[in-house]
Amino acid sequence: MAIRQLTVFVENKQGTIVSVTDILAKNNVNIRALSIAETEDFGILRLIVNNEATAVKTLEEAGFLLKITEVIGVKIGDAPGKLTAALKVLDDANVNVEYLYAFMARTEKHAYVVLRVEENAEAENILVNAGFHLITDADIDKL
Amino acid sequence: MEQNYYQREIETMSAEDMKKLQSEKLVKQVKHVYENVPYYKNLMDEKGVTPDDIRSIDDLHKLPFLTKSDLRDAYPYGLLAKPLEDCVRIHSTSGTTGRRVVAFYTQHDVDLWEDCCARAITAVGGTKKDVCQVAYGYGLFTGGFGLNGGSHKVGCLTLPMSSGNTERQVQFMMDLSATILCCTPSYAAYLGESLKEQGYKPEDIPLKAGIFGAEPWTEEMRHQIEETLGIKAYDIYGLTETTGPGVAFECSEQTGMHVNEDHFYAEIIDPDTGEVLPEGSKGELVFTSLDKEAFPLLRYRTRDICVLSRKKCSCGRTLVKMAKPMGRTDDMLIIRGVNVFPSQIETVLLTEGYEPNYQIVVDRVNNNDTFEVNVEMTAAHFTDKVSEILAMEKSLANAMKTMLGINPTVHLVAPKSIARSEGKAVRVIDKRKLI
Repeated sequence: MAIRQLTVFVENKQGTIVSVTDILAKNNVNIRALSIAETEDFGILRLIVNNEATAVKTLEEAGFLLKITEVIGVKIGDAPGKLTAALKVLDDANVNVEYLYAFMARTEKHAYVVLRVEENAEAENILVNAGFHLITDADIDKL
Repeated sequence: MEQNYYQREIETMSAEDMKKLQSEKLVKQVKHVYENVPYYKNLMDEKGVTPDDIRSIDDLHKLPFLTKSDLRDAYPYGLLAKPLEDCVRIHSTSGTTGRRVVAFYTQHDVDLWEDCCARAITAVGGTKKDVCQVAYGYGLFTGGFGLNGGSHKVGCLTLPMSSGNTERQVQFMMDLSATILCCTPSYAAYLGESLKEQGYKPEDIPLKAGIFGAEPWTEEMRHQIEETLGIKAYDIYGLTETTGPGVAFECSEQTGMHVNEDHFYAEIIDPDTGEVLPEGSKGELVFTSLDKEAFPLLRYRTRDICVLSRKKCSCGRTLVKMAKPMGRTDDMLIIRGVNVFPSQIETVLLTEGYEPNYQIVVDRVNNNDTFEVNVEMTAAHFTDKVSEILAMEKSLANAMKTMLGINPTVHLVAPKSIARSEGKAVRVIDKRKLI
């Protein structure tokens, strides 16, 4: 059920992020969602892309260190309080969310939240039981 | 400055008498080593030299060298020349695994070492009327105990502060009117800044002189310390292998350090050929102990690049003078007074499962050494969680601290990002301007 996130190690200096997006652009990889976590030394670029195989191949060839992380994608309504509702069911079940980022659908009146937790299956069950709709890589491709 | 000497006869001895004294001592020392240290006997046998070949100091060049690796191979007892029951103390180099050197001392050895330190304290104007604050670390490190012993011999009131706890250092210095400070130059600078911040002017500070060693420092740093503390700042040299601080010390002229050559004979050699170079030549400094009992070292190669001078000194001492060491023949770094070999960093990385791709960056900010190690991230360690990567940096820094005794800041950097020149990575960037 989980969706696949591309995680790239980037040094915290000028020009590194653009060099990643540039490679993806040149190879026709579309970025669906993106978030970055940074410290003084380094950044961790987290990407949801439409063509993972090409992205991995071209970035690795360019010398980037990357890995695939399985994360959860949740579809939520585009209205105040919807994100809180999703997070609350996890919190009530004592599931710790390591990080999250969200993006909007282009046409539908929905938003998507990407969640990183320790145990995907457990969190997925909790969300599904609470009535949330999870998205898959196939859904991402259709976006 | 009015000159005082702790052992005037030795310190102002004529060249001829000194040579005679050194020769007599060397003959005995070589015999002692040959009879009691099989490790060195083997080296002499291999070279075809016997104690009978050593009749004066002029024969010293016939003896084989000892290096740091010999000391490592012989750890812990291989170079011990006295039964353990005759020894009263050990000291050790900065706790660096794999490179640890343990030196043994009989009471005689401690006495001669403390005499050397007493000469240093007297040379900077110290008398029994002084209050000597020893802010070197006390313990395996030689600094604290060495100067403590010297201070006792001179008869100073000794404040055995050990290192750190700046607030207490300042309090004792001011409340008990310390007149002589012994510590590393970087700590002296730090103390100076602290005093300044607390509103003390140089004329408020009771200190008149400082003896600073165990790490390289510059003339600029000397002037800065002298200004902030309102003192004269003097250099001191030594190494655990030979005894500790006090092997050489600076006098009022402040133009190099007098070697206590009645105990430690200094040679300058060509580091490549091992040939002894004439006075005034730049080369590797080699020490031979002349009257040590427990841990005598003959022709020990210090790896320090140095120059010796017998030019007449205005202080009246005739002891040969060594310049401040100008560099090293190996890749050893001295960071915050601690010896660091890049190979030790490499060992930690391999143990922790990292590639040996790293870069050490050393700088000096506000007279304190900064020590950073850049390490290339590996696929196996990489994770999408910031907290885990920060924890890895911390855990690497802890492992290095355990190995080296000092704490680096570790930065995980991108693979292959560490500059390589001609295919070989540049392992050390030392931005400190020391000479």
